[in-house]
Amino acid sequence: MAVCVAVIAKENYPLYIRSAPTENELKFHYMVHTSLDVVDEKISAMGKALVDQRELYLGLLYPTEDYKVYGYVTNSKVKFVMVVDSSNTALRDNEIRSMFRKLHNSYTDVMCNPFYNPGDRIQSRAFDSTVTSMMIQVC
Amino acid sequence: MRLSKKKQSNCMISDIGWWDHQLRHIEDWKAWMTLRDILKPGTIEFNDRPKGVTGGKENGRCITKLENMGFRVGQGLIERFTKDTARFKDELDIMKFICKDFWTTVFKKQIDNLRTNHQGIYVLQDNKFRLLTQMSAGKQYLEHASKYLAFTCGLIRGGLSNLGIKSIVTAEVSSMPACKFQVMIQKL
Repeated sequence: MAVCVAVIAKENYPLYIRSAPTENELKFHYMVHTSLDVVDEKISAMGKALVDQRELYLGLLYPTEDYKVYGYVTNSKVKFVMVVDSSNTALRDNEIRSMFRKLHNSYTDVMCNPFYNPGDRIQSRAFDSTVTSMMIQVC
Repeated sequence: MRLSKKKQSNCMISDIGWWDHQLRHIEDWKAWMTLRDILKPGTIEFNDRPKGVTGGKENGRCITKLENMGFRVGQGLIERFTKDTARFKDELDIMKFICKDFWTTVFKKQIDNLRTNHQGIYVLQDNKFRLLTQMSAGKQYLEHASKYLAFTCGLIRGGLSNLGIKSIVTAEVSSMPACKFQVMIQKL
């Protein structure tokens, strides 16, 4: 279960960012912002076979003491960043991949909506519900 | 519709308020839904806004409008089609994708010939363009063919723009039903 989910446009501004409603959201915003550098580094890794050049899923971007950050880039250079609680060790790589897949599917649906202008903030309810299903349920 | 601000010469969008801007979206969406029928043989109605004088200016505006609609549709289509493909290595890879997978999914056939000068100009040649096959293969409708190609030009331009390539796409028909799309990549 993710703690924070963000969708970032090609020009590196956020299209959608949502964190679990606990403490300071600003901390998550900052983490997402700093992870963008790591994403760029992974995309442009020429000759270094650290990340398979042809894959969309980027894997673990960087771990902090409380959280782990995962990244995913689409072919249209839109980045998805997910922050996961470190204490949640049950979460495997495959599950993170499938969560990103679902996010990508939702994002594609938003893109195909003729009332949506590419580059605007995402306000679709369907997208919101997909993200809610992935985030930690805080009661 | 945002990009049509730059494209339309008789720009009225800056004068129109926000609500009217949204209404234009809805009109375009209706036109887009009817345009899906163009892939079956049919005629194109240019009376979306029946006004007084028809002529060259109206024709130009219609073509621009069609191209902009194609642009938006192209962006969405590319997002859907590239969902499962691997990341593209370079420009040529992207053009090959457009010629093969994209064209096959939209028109059920591939581009017949792709030429490039390796300096940002690509020519896509389709010898039997689906939207022109239903028209007679003589000289009679040659001048009207450009209307049918405008949407597809926008489609290519929108797809490329979503993949990060700014371009200008033009089309020409020398003999029906073959047509050539010329893509000029603009280096920023």
